[in-house]
Amino acid sequence: MSDAITPEVFHHLVELAALALDPQEAEYVRKQLNNQLKAIHELEAIPLDGSVAATSHGVPYTAQTSPALREDKWQPYRDPQGILAQAPDTSDSYIVVPDIPHTTLE
Amino acid sequence: MELCDLSAHELALYLRQRRISAVEILESCLKRIESVDGRPGTLDSSPLTAEDEQKVHAFITLTPERARAQAEAVDRKIAAGEDPGPLAGVPFTVKDIFCVEGTPSTAASRILANFRAPYTATPVARMEAAGAIMLGKVNLDEFTYGSSNESSAFQPSPRNPWKLDRVPGGSSGGSTASVAAGEAPLSLGTDTAGSIRQPAAFCGVVGMKPTYGRVSRYGLIAFASSLDCPGPVARNVTDAALMMNAIAGADPHDSTAANVPVPDYLAALEQGVKGLRIGLSPDYFRITYPNLQNGTFETQPLPAEIETAVRRAADLLAAMGAEIVEGVPMPNTRFGIPAYFVISRVEAASNLHRFDGVKYGYRTPQPTNDLREMYRRSRGEGFGPQPKLRILMGMYVSAAQYSEQYYNRALRVRTLIRQDFDRAFDPSGPYRLNALLTPTTPTTAFKMAALYGDSVLMQYADQLTVPANHAGVPGVSLPGGLDSEGLPIGIQLLGPDYSEDVLLRIGRAYEEATETDPWRRVRPQALA
Repeated sequence: MSDAITPEVFHHLVELAALALDPQEAEYVRKQLNNQLKAIHELEAIPLDGSVAATSHGVPYTAQTSPALREDKWQPYRDPQGILAQAPDTSDSYIVVPDIPHTTLE
Repeated sequence: MELCDLSAHELALYLRQRRISAVEILESCLKRIESVDGRPGTLDSSPLTAEDEQKVHAFITLTPERARAQAEAVDRKIAAGEDPGPLAGVPFTVKDIFCVEGTPSTAASRILANFRAPYTATPVARMEAAGAIMLGKVNLDEFTYGSSNESSAFQPSPRNPWKLDRVPGGSSGGSTASVAAGEAPLSLGTDTAGSIRQPAAFCGVVGMKPTYGRVSRYGLIAFASSLDCPGPVARNVTDAALMMNAIAGADPHDSTAANVPVPDYLAALEQGVKGLRIGLSPDYFRITYPNLQNGTFETQPLPAEIETAVRRAADLLAAMGAEIVEGVPMPNTRFGIPAYFVISRVEAASNLHRFDGVKYGYRTPQPTNDLREMYRRSRGEGFGPQPKLRILMGMYVSAAQYSEQYYNRALRVRTLIRQDFDRAFDPSGPYRLNALLTPTTPTTAFKMAALYGDSVLMQYADQLTVPANHAGVPGVSLPGGLDSEGLPIGIQLLGPDYSEDVLLRIGRAYEEATETDPWRRVRPQALA
């Protein structure tokens, strides 16, 4: 059985996912992905007629069981400096990141 | 017997009677941790020593000073004649996937190793509001992705207190190991495919996955948002009920925490099982898994010892007045794992995009002038192989050209799995079950390193637990005896939405029926 996720597809996925893998890790991960796809293929044999809708949550939510949404109201946070202190690089309460590459859309 | 070996409800009672203090309970648990836990999990840990192999290693972060301050506050309240809360003085551990303000909240990942949570998760806050004492944060599979705890970036990973060369299960393995080893009577875990029930079965403790939406997910670092359920780990059913009383209920911070009244889970606990209809399904006495060499699927019966434990439970419940219904069809059980491979990965990939080295967590130390390169390096160095696998699979099966074939199809198969339960529990249907009685796991605890690395076989360890997550229904794993190697066997009860009270009631009846069984008196190896 040939691999559905070829090295080319894998490389594209890694790029989209903003990941970096060393060659050994990449080989392991790609093999596991293809093995998982073999398990997933079992789904294709299941007869699904048009009446079977998708379920995004197992338990149905009704008007009674759905909690009311909170009021959309601005509230000051008690410790913004504590939040900023988690950032790897800050300057004058700004979070610092490397340059954002500019791309010209064609 | 030491204080740390007592149950949560006994400790709470003795404390109120002023026979013991919260500080005494805490010191007993800390002493047990000191004696059995060994070094905590850390990044870049040194190789295992012979001594390490004889320890449990449940913890990543122990917070004794924080716990002491809480215990002293409880003792002060009692001295002042104030109500200290229903869980006053009862220690508990927290799976390190929950945010607890001011503590490292790592998800067992390098990418969050330096993260200190700025707020506390609702279930933890509710435990503490009820007077419980948090001892610290316990280990798990990285971001909960696994069934053995071995994928944690914080090593040594936990070991099974019953046999220290076995895994504790996962992903709430630190939770169940800490409770089984008497380090704490209670722990807060999460269950996305079986991550409370499977390790509870492996470690011989009670683990409940509540109905989806029964317990708030606020402050839980998300894996698969439509499947994740926080829930209790305890040494007996009464303690699990006590903990459910504290953590269940709607939460303004979580719009999926259902607005459904919470019963008193202790109230009906002793009412017995007379008149309850409890089903057995042939589809839970076999497992189907792929043969990766030839692409076929193989079906095997479960080990006889596991099936025997479940059938004995059915006989005992029948003798107590329950009606046992044989042959309940649950034909879509076998599709739970393939559907989970798709749905959970799509949700995980979405949830993991937030970890990018910008606002918190790990950022690569390598200098770069390109934001995208910083993302790639931070995520590449910060995530272990299991998160990477999930992100990549999630992106593949939800890509525009594949989503109909994989993601949308998996969501429709999820409907079939839910329909199996709807049919079994329908009060006017052919089966009219109050609960389904099944094994929790296809095997007892496997050896460390036996499966780790094979992401397919590892996932199939959850075959009998994952259908409840797809369907959202509640489930509980109960200790159901020991196998010929002395390893715990778990039996599982599954019920209709919000029927946790009935499941706990059945569990309590089973406990009573097996109270004098010799296996109930066997102690785990770590405590021998």
